[in-house]
Amino acid sequence: MSHFVNLSLNGISSGMIYASVALGLVLVWRATRIINFAQGSMAMFSTYMAVTLLDRNLGYWEAFAVALAVGLALGAVVERTLIRPLQGKPELNPVIVTFGLFILLEGVAGAIFGVRSRGVPAAFSQSGLTIGHHRVSFSHFDLFVLGSVLALMVLMLVLFRATDVGLRMRASAFAPEMSRLVGVRVGRVLTLGWALASLAGSLAGLLVAPRSAFSPNYMDLILVYAFTAAVVGGLESPVGALVGGLLTGLVLSFVGGYLGSSLEPLGAAVILILVLSARPEGLFSRPAARQV
Amino acid sequence: MLEVDGLTVSYGPVRALRGVSFAARPSTITAVLGANGAGKTTLLRAMTGLVRPQEGSVRFDDHELTGLPVEEVVRLGVAHVPEGRGVIDQLTVEENLRLGALWRKDKSDRKRALAETYDLFPPLAERRRRLGAALSGGERQMLAIGRALVSRPRVLLLDEPSLGLAPLVTAQLMALLAELTLLASLTVILVEQNARSALSVATWAVVINLGQVVVSDTAAAVGTDTGLRHHYLGF
Repeated sequence: MSHFVNLSLNGISSGMIYASVALGLVLVWRATRIINFAQGSMAMFSTYMAVTLLDRNLGYWEAFAVALAVGLALGAVVERTLIRPLQGKPELNPVIVTFGLFILLEGVAGAIFGVRSRGVPAAFSQSGLTIGHHRVSFSHFDLFVLGSVLALMVLMLVLFRATDVGLRMRASAFAPEMSRLVGVRVGRVLTLGWALASLAGSLAGLLVAPRSAFSPNYMDLILVYAFTAAVVGGLESPVGALVGGLLTGLVLSFVGGYLGSSLEPLGAAVILILVLSARPEGLFSRPAARQV
Repeated sequence: MLEVDGLTVSYGPVRALRGVSFAARPSTITAVLGANGAGKTTLLRAMTGLVRPQEGSVRFDDHELTGLPVEEVVRLGVAHVPEGRGVIDQLTVEENLRLGALWRKDKSDRKRALAETYDLFPPLAERRRRLGAALSGGERQMLAIGRALVSRPRVLLLDEPSLGLAPLVTAQLMALLAELTLLASLTVILVEQNARSALSVATWAVVINLGQVVVSDTAAAVGTDTGLRHHYLGF
């Protein structure tokens, strides 16, 4: 029983991280109809910025803030310089460009920071909390993961639903040409979408780093799981990203705990196959047309 | 004053417009008429920059519109209601309307314009929280025109607004357009296949055939020219 509880708690914590990266994938997909294969390595790059600053004795939260800012800027720069010129080009081009960026960033990071894995300090204790007389495998750090990703999700939701900027973003995602016809500067909206997506990825990168073998490819597997989460959620919906993330996190945690952790990637593939054969549009995307 | 001068547009080897010129006077309705495929929609799309003309220019007062991005043309006060209306299905009625005025700085006037639009189209006020997808054809047309009006445009380009509307609704729409040109000193370019109802409210008329202007005259003169009507307007 306690094994089950621990696995569930771990699943929720990793699920929130997948949800954060999945949110980035969803934002980019909604804005530009592109799957950003570099989402994980962009997060890796901004996290290396934070780690470098930590090594130079900058405070944890200062480094954290810098990494998020770098993530935001990196997203905007990538959209402006690499993605914008692909408008109106064949659909394969962005696949190749984002995949190329993925290889480039990991290569550059390896050249600058080395490819050996290392440890990264965490903001909070990673030892399990004691509830009553039971020690559970859920730490203060896990609470921080939960809280920070939820806070990001709520902020994004408020931005989308309650602000003029959010209205512009949703309109541009649904109907880019019509949005331009009512005066929306769609180009700027796309840049903002990529920047926010990269910010969500950066947060996940910072949260994963302390409990992984931190090296330039430490986000690769996370991206695969996040992609699973995003597709499960329907690729269109931020709420879908959250639910997809939690679902993926829980299932993979059970697979790892009961069947062996080497089977986790296979578990992700099985989730994808099951969801796609039952509901190809994902769990949370609206039907394309509504009959009235 | 809105002036179109020598506008030529090609889609690959196909010439959609060949040297189209006309002028639209302030606070009037200019009907642009012609058969299917005459180039009417292309003309509007070239005027707002949705397609790039090979030759010619579009000028509005002191502004050269040719070559400007669509969103900047709109921000000069030129509103375009496209064919098929362009209501965004996934947004609510209110969100669609707010979107129309979002580029304007004056927030309190944006609110006022929104309220005025609800007064003008009461059915929209009742459905403000409905999704665009849930509206009827007539309501979608109201929403598309309302969204153009909340930006307080000086020029309104309308592409086939009567398409799919009941004759009574079309008549109400035409009456409203006539009213708006007077009240809001709006210049309207009205593209229509339904020539008879367009001519009933227009002051000027431009007839286009195969991408070229056949005649540009007062609506009264065009409407009474039997040969022209039989040849190009189908009534």
